[in-house]
Amino acid sequence: MLSLLALVIPLLMGVVSLVVPWRRWIGWGSALSSAGVLGIGIALCITTSSHGPVSALHGTLHADALSSFMVVVIGTVSLLATLQTPRVMSQEIAEGTTIPRHASYYVVLMQVFITCMLTAVLAANLGVLWVAVEATTIATTFLVSHNRTKKAIEASWKYVILCSVGIALAFLGTVLVYFAALHSGVDTPGAVSLNWTSLMAIAPHLNHGVMRLAITLLVLGYGTKVGLAPTHSWLADAHSQAPAPVSALMSGVLLTVAFYALLRFKAIADAALGPAFPRTLFIVVGLLSLLVAAVLLIAQRDYKRMLAYSSVEHMGLLALGAAAGSSLAIAAVLLHMLGHGLTKSTLFISSGEIAHAEGTTEIAKVKGLLARRPVVGGIFGCGLLALLGFPPFSLFVSEFTMARAEVNVGLWWVVAISLVCLSVIFVSMTNHARHLLLGGDSSVAVPLSARSVVVPLVTALVVCAFIGVSAWPLLSLLHAAAHVVAP
Amino acid sequence: MSTSFYVGALELTTGAVLVCAVMTLWRRQVRTIVTMLRLQGVALASVAGVLAWHERDLGLAITAALVLAVKGALVPWLLRRVIRLDPRSRETAPLINVPASLVSAAFLIVVSYVVSSKLTALAPSAASRLVPVGVATVLVGYFMLVTRRRSVSQIVGLLLVDNGIGLVTFLLTAGVPLIVELGSTLDVLLVVVVLQVLVVNAGARHGSFDLDQMRELHD
Repeated sequence: MLSLLALVIPLLMGVVSLVVPWRRWIGWGSALSSAGVLGIGIALCITTSSHGPVSALHGTLHADALSSFMVVVIGTVSLLATLQTPRVMSQEIAEGTTIPRHASYYVVLMQVFITCMLTAVLAANLGVLWVAVEATTIATTFLVSHNRTKKAIEASWKYVILCSVGIALAFLGTVLVYFAALHSGVDTPGAVSLNWTSLMAIAPHLNHGVMRLAITLLVLGYGTKVGLAPTHSWLADAHSQAPAPVSALMSGVLLTVAFYALLRFKAIADAALGPAFPRTLFIVVGLLSLLVAAVLLIAQRDYKRMLAYSSVEHMGLLALGAAAGSSLAIAAVLLHMLGHGLTKSTLFISSGEIAHAEGTTEIAKVKGLLARRPVVGGIFGCGLLALLGFPPFSLFVSEFTMARAEVNVGLWWVVAISLVCLSVIFVSMTNHARHLLLGGDSSVAVPLSARSVVVPLVTALVVCAFIGVSAWPLLSLLHAAAHVVAP
Repeated sequence: MSTSFYVGALELTTGAVLVCAVMTLWRRQVRTIVTMLRLQGVALASVAGVLAWHERDLGLAITAALVLAVKGALVPWLLRRVIRLDPRSRETAPLINVPASLVSAAFLIVVSYVVSSKLTALAPSAASRLVPVGVATVLVGYFMLVTRRRSVSQIVGLLLVDNGIGLVTFLLTAGVPLIVELGSTLDVLLVVVVLQVLVVNAGARHGSFDLDQMRELHD
């Protein structure tokens, strides 16, 4: 029931925005619906930890601890992003860059987008999961091209084409898993289906040759949507052209929803093939992503693209954590998803503020933010510190734990290579940050940032720091969620 | 239906899917290419129809009707609208010329027979023997995507990939569960609609939609 409610709330809000002409309260309504999703996510976590997985709609929706945790992540980041809607849209309408009808569409598409992500994590059927992930591409295309500039249209064209052909491979992979299940030779009660629980039950009997091909296609396919190398190139274009709250939502949680799909399939592949083959795949794409991010961050000229490539880096780290595959590693991966969601959305939203105030996204043209715009500059700076893995923020804990888990399973050489990449990234990002934040003249008067920007973003950073130092309330939840996909 | 007729019908319709894919590489007129795509949609629906008849499977029969409606009628209609609105896309502009494209297609077909051998080995049957044809269609689609630079050509490439995957699905598993099939067909339709709207928007606001000029975003 709860999981169905989680899908209905944002959808209803979308319908409201479709039929009622744009008013500022519609923007607040969308934030309220995200808050509702977050509340349901927390309730789901409590229910699943005491009563085990819950189903709804005759088993179409299936929420276990992992799904519930993902609902919380989606709820948190979408709350941050949708809280910006009323202000950003009113501002754009006042400046004449958007008409009220487009503001309504923006809210509709945001709500559809959130519903699709929730469907993806709550679907029992892995085929439905694919359909929902592909549907997020469709919902976000017009959000990416919301500004309707030539660049924005170019970005969305590349985004749709690359993600659709990429994720088509994931469909082929899903079909191959289904094929292997049909010929597993196990007598299953009822028909063979693509349901996660029934697939896990027969996983050890799946044909090895077919499963090897399937997991390779799935890693490449969903990897496109996660933003893993070698098919990461849409990410920087789309994230730099989309409106800031959309980038926040895409980078903060869409990537991790696609990664969630990989975690599910990896669990099946681990059970079918043993850990070695899937581990190799994840290590290859993970290290490649880190390498690509490191190389492209060195001479990056645009701070929104800088944040986008940092997402490639963090997705690479998640892939390496998943490669280790122990329950400790997966718990750290999940914590990293939440921490990255909080910090990256904070950074994208504050970078949107900076871009709006400065009129450019070029690093070279922006200087001395800390002195000139202390509030938004300070938030951006703290966000960068969190992103680079400074304690007390939770990314420090999760990166450290992932590295420890990797060493535990003998992957010390992977940790060594990733540390080299991370140091390059650290140096180049601090260098860009120094240019953006320091220097400048503090005597120039600045208008203070709006409270609707400052309060949510500071809260997000405080939460990120809090879960970095306190095990409560996440620890047992993380272990329960990790246990779903790790032995 | 007798076995030999079933096998013959399956081979004919499956072969037609691949022939249409290769034809899209051969012809330069985009109108002809869209016609080929329409024929491919019909052929794909026939594959599903033949299988549905053979297996007496109602879900697969519904899928066949759905494929016929979407890929045989709706999608080609949408593509014709794109051609009308984007006059530059009436002729393809291959980066690799037509004879070389056809040779590459032949090479890709051989490759697909090699890579699909494991799949056919698990459950040898009249249908799964034909899986390489589906894989070849997917590969031809990817080839089209990377070597053609017009908006319609890229959409056609995307659809070839999708049709090829649809073919593999029908031949290997006699279709995925109906809910997944419905969802994925709807997704494909919406992707084409989205791309069409992008072409229209770009044409209305910036004069034209030219992939060659799409070089503003890079590192």
